[in-house]
Amino acid sequence: MSKISLIIAREYMTRVRKKSFLIMSILGPILFAALMVVPVWLSQVEDKEEKIIAVIEYSENNQPVPDSLMMFKGVIPDKEYLRFEYLGNTRLEDMKLALPQSDYYAVLFIPHNVYTSETVEFYTKKQPSLGIESHITRSLEKYIQDTKLIKKNIPVDVLASVQTNINFKTIKLEKGGYQEQNLQNLKRGVGYGAAFLLYFFIFFFGAQVMRGVIEEKTNRIVEVIVSSVKPFQLMMGKIVGIGLVGLTQFLFWVIFTFALTTAAQHFVLGPEVPPAEQLAPKSIFEAGNVPADQITPQTSNAEFSGFLDDLKGVNFIVIIGSFLFYFMGGYLLYGSFFAAIGSAVDNEADTQQFMLPVTIPLIISILVMVNAITNPEGEIAFWFSVIPLTSPVVMMARIPFGVPWTEVLTSMVVLVITIIGSVWLAGKIYRTGILMYGKKVSYKEIWKWIRFKY
Amino acid sequence: MELFNAIGIEKRYANHLALNNVSIHVPKGSIYGLLGPNGAGKTTLIRIINQITAPDKGELIYNGRKFKAEDIYNIGYLPEERGLYKKMKVGEQALYLARLKGIPKQEAMKRLHYWFNKFEMQAWWNKKVEELSKGMQQKVQFIVTILHEPGLLIFDEPFSGFDPINTRLLKQEILNLRDKGATVIFSTHNMESVEELCDHITLINKSETLLEGKINDIRQEYKSNIFEIQYIGLPENLEHAINNSFEVLENKSEREINLAKIKIDDKKSSNELLSKLIPHVQIKSFKELIPGMNEIFIKAVEAS
Repeated sequence: MSKISLIIAREYMTRVRKKSFLIMSILGPILFAALMVVPVWLSQVEDKEEKIIAVIEYSENNQPVPDSLMMFKGVIPDKEYLRFEYLGNTRLEDMKLALPQSDYYAVLFIPHNVYTSETVEFYTKKQPSLGIESHITRSLEKYIQDTKLIKKNIPVDVLASVQTNINFKTIKLEKGGYQEQNLQNLKRGVGYGAAFLLYFFIFFFGAQVMRGVIEEKTNRIVEVIVSSVKPFQLMMGKIVGIGLVGLTQFLFWVIFTFALTTAAQHFVLGPEVPPAEQLAPKSIFEAGNVPADQITPQTSNAEFSGFLDDLKGVNFIVIIGSFLFYFMGGYLLYGSFFAAIGSAVDNEADTQQFMLPVTIPLIISILVMVNAITNPEGEIAFWFSVIPLTSPVVMMARIPFGVPWTEVLTSMVVLVITIIGSVWLAGKIYRTGILMYGKKVSYKEIWKWIRFKY
Repeated sequence: MELFNAIGIEKRYANHLALNNVSIHVPKGSIYGLLGPNGAGKTTLIRIINQITAPDKGELIYNGRKFKAEDIYNIGYLPEERGLYKKMKVGEQALYLARLKGIPKQEAMKRLHYWFNKFEMQAWWNKKVEELSKGMQQKVQFIVTILHEPGLLIFDEPFSGFDPINTRLLKQEILNLRDKGATVIFSTHNMESVEELCDHITLINKSETLLEGKINDIRQEYKSNIFEIQYIGLPENLEHAINNSFEVLENKSEREINLAKIKIDDKKSSNELLSKLIPHVQIKSFKELIPGMNEIFIKAVEAS
């Protein structure tokens, strides 16, 4: 085993065996899976409380309609935790008074002129959720539209045949005739998540390099080790070893997140998820007849399984592949800076003055990244994804939207060249700094080290 | 034949001169002591030998030629501030450092087991370094330093932090290493260990060499021709016998045997003194007083 691989193995093994690594490996994916599953889960949990809404209808003479004459009876289908009771011969004023003490969640008042005013009133104790509101309005709109059409003597079967549902699909045309479904929001989310994760990884593992270097320096263990290996080997061994820890962590996260999402899908939605296409909104004619308990679980599942279908539209192989490249690239670039800083100071408190120029480009990357996910092909996004100090984070945010391969290649080549330069520079600072003690180091001093000839 | 020479070393830090024209000549197979008060420049010199800092002037000669960067691999260095990874296990760490020195894994394990047995440290193998006492850590570090059997060993204050038993153990090991052919340079304040171990010394004070050479030569140089005589007979008889031809520094009765210290000047010999005394008192012992290193150290430093 060569000396540098011994160093890599030590750096890797001592970190991977730590409890904190195991905790991070498990907690990370749980957090990610939670980020995907919890919103869906919450939306379901929210309505677990049984809600009963009283529906009142008034006739032309502004009087309550008796039960038998209620036109809207059964128009709004019940949902799993939402029921509608159609009250005949009930005055709105009485209900309004009785509501606070009653078991009703709300009172829906349908006035006689609903066909012209297109307005209903909703009296409630609490702010209704958006789901309830849209459920009611959609059902009523549909019914009123159909009723109006029937009044114009359009037969029911014609009505059913003209039933149209427009799905808005944006198709982006690439050069070469290649088409891609555009799922802007999802891509934004993926881009943001990947870029932010990259930023976090670079910072987290870069700081570990720095701390490791400072440990060796203050321990004086480096004085013993430099009689066995060259300082450059020691530095690279540490950077590569910790980088592999980062990759391992990332792979764990990918595998666990995948496993957890699959498991969550299984438990939250049940084993069989119906394809989203079969759940297209139904017309009033079916909706009225379908028993409530059959339709309800499916509609809520549709949102989630639709989301999962959308996820399939994102090329995860490309995203994970680019993440690996840009993580290694960004990490090597910043890791070499962090190693140089660690070697130049005597303790962690002294790192402040040198940390600033390293953290600023990283923070700029995050700012530009936010811009890049809304405008992935803009000038700013382009340039900052080529400039090596910001390219890993910014390019990562753009990747899910599809970036021309020439741009990706340019960005990668520039990054690799910069890494060679930064590692060389860091090596020069490191070999002098790591053995220097008790000297307050300035930028001028470091410049002197860089120009040292050996 | 000298294994290592440092000639005319000068090292300047921002506002003070750490070493001024210091030279050492270390014969092969010898134990060489670097002595000097705190802050004299011993550690700076050791760091220069180990290529940790570069001298501003002077040169290092190894085996009769200019010191090369690779020669560092043939040096075992025990720094004064011990360097071990605190969170790493003792055995694992020792094995790691041994393999970094280029010893194959099997061989390293064999040697480590030998030394851990010898120093009765087997039980520490799976402990973390931070769980060990300072002295225990030092033993680990000592083993790691000598494990690759380097030709030149450099110990910076090897005995500090050791109890008398471990100090004796370590001294014995240093002598054993020398007998097996290693050359040892060590710095210390412990003059007793210098007398026991060293063949050659350098005394540095305030960045400059005060003394350098064979320890016996230096002690001879510092002797002042004083002889201690144990005798039976009256002290007055002794005074009478000498009759002012020698300087009597001390003359006292101690139970049956009396003791006198007499200085002989350069023109006379010890035999002349003896021949004067023999007719008058009965001589029990007669020996020249040679100063100890402690005395020489204090004398030399105070005189400079």
